[in-house]
Amino acid sequence: MPNPILSIENLTTVVRKGTSSELQILKGINLDIFPGDFITLLGSNGAGKSTLLNVIAGNLTADTGTIKINAHDVTKQDETTRTKYISRVFQDPKLGTAPRLTVAENLLLAKKRGLKRTFLPRNLKRSLPEFKVLTKTTGNGLDQRLNTPTGDLSGGQRQALSFLMATLNNPTILLLDEHTAALDPKTSDQLMQLTDKTIQDNHLTALMITHRLEDALKYGNRLIALHDGQITLDVRDNEKASLTKADLLNYFATY
Amino acid sequence: MNIIVSTIGQGLIWAILGLGLFITFRILNFADMSVEGTFPLGAATAVALIHQGINPYLAMLAAFLTGSLAGMVTGLLYTKGNIPILLAGILTMTAIFSINLRILNGSNLSLLNQHTLLNSGIMKSLPPYFNTVLTGLLVIIILIGLLIYFLQSEFGQAFIATGDNPIMARSLGIKTDAMIILGLMLSNGLIAFGGALVAQNNGFADVNMGIGIIVIALASIIIGEVAFGNLNLNNRLVAIVVGSIMYRFVLLFVMQLGFAANDLNLLSAIVLALALLSPKFRHFFGFTRILKGVSRSHA
Repeated sequence: MPNPILSIENLTTVVRKGTSSELQILKGINLDIFPGDFITLLGSNGAGKSTLLNVIAGNLTADTGTIKINAHDVTKQDETTRTKYISRVFQDPKLGTAPRLTVAENLLLAKKRGLKRTFLPRNLKRSLPEFKVLTKTTGNGLDQRLNTPTGDLSGGQRQALSFLMATLNNPTILLLDEHTAALDPKTSDQLMQLTDKTIQDNHLTALMITHRLEDALKYGNRLIALHDGQITLDVRDNEKASLTKADLLNYFATY
Repeated sequence: MNIIVSTIGQGLIWAILGLGLFITFRILNFADMSVEGTFPLGAATAVALIHQGINPYLAMLAAFLTGSLAGMVTGLLYTKGNIPILLAGILTMTAIFSINLRILNGSNLSLLNQHTLLNSGIMKSLPPYFNTVLTGLLVIIILIGLLIYFLQSEFGQAFIATGDNPIMARSLGIKTDAMIILGLMLSNGLIAFGGALVAQNNGFADVNMGIGIIVIALASIIIGEVAFGNLNLNNRLVAIVVGSIMYRFVLLFVMQLGFAANDLNLLSAIVLALALLSPKFRHFFGFTRILKGVSRSHA
């Protein structure tokens, strides 16, 4: 095994601390993610999937434990600093784009993810040919709408744009938080195929939450299940490939 | 003729307030009450300094700085203190009132017999009220140029994204708290700068000159938007200036109907309320169709 790209040790997280509704969500997570891993993350509601993603991204702080990216301790880094390595696509298509800015303007903002933004002119025109080629890959007409405010796009187009924005600079780790859940089945499948292709072509490392067992089985090289704040299943490669939907249903029935 | 020139001049110099407020109200998407304090703060700072024999240009720079300092206070209370923005603004505005009394060493201070931006050099040789028009025009052109440059820079785009979608902005590494503080500093700096100019034009600074300022600044923004509809960002800045001049003409018109200067705040509030309500009226009066016709012929 190569060195892990992301290494999580003894991670615990408590929410609503100091109140009567205090709740421990993550109860000692240990996880090593290796370069090129495409992990599908399963678990019932409340298992801690989104919390895990938020702690990795830095929106939530870890109460104990460490998070290392390429052996570099980022546990104390805030969300904006971590965007140098981490990008994410949210479940809600509205969260990933700025509605009053155009498609091209949003892409240009994403191109500078985690980098210094200067007082020099943004130079949108120079990037337009590149964005044209890039948006063609979504196959949903996004390339015809480069100068449209994203608030006027369909949910599918918006989410495809969010995905392009998140993968534009080849992030060290890509976090996908049920990013197809708000879309209709056909649009959802389209975006999943684009997701898979982009991750393969650019050798990205990704962690994807999903509730669709078919997607969890079909995509990725590794499958992890969370239950009650702990990792209860972690299979990869051949072992994952031999899993069936029935196996998973059986597995979840035991909890 | 004089009254037309004077009204245009007023519209131009008051447009600075609209441009300043646009930064918070339309880009960052919240109403910042501190402007009611920073407008007289800028006026007081400039007038007091000019009284000390300081060059009017330096006095106006100082006004900008005191305004942005006050904006920083509001920004810190809001972002780091988690105080709701309306309350944060009201706290700053209230505190500034006492500071203004200290700066002016009383409730008002006249500029009689002082050299100001509007009565020295070339301005002296102009026909009446043209000094206001020329000063306003120059300041507005420079200001809009700088704002367009800023907003179209990499940094400015990150600033716009902060107001548009803070969650997305943070996920792209934009420090939204810093952006909000900076926006409030820039906005209040401009408002104070506007206050310094208005005070020189009026010939005095008064602690009460900030009352109702947010309504006047909003009126120029909203009237510009109602009149011109959908515009790109750069043109929206110009629309504010036109809105500000239109607003002055509306005031001129109602004053001609026999209202007194004491009725001004009531009239300002009514004009703004009507402009804000205009989308609700559109179906009844075909109002926007008429206005759209106007904007189309402009385009």
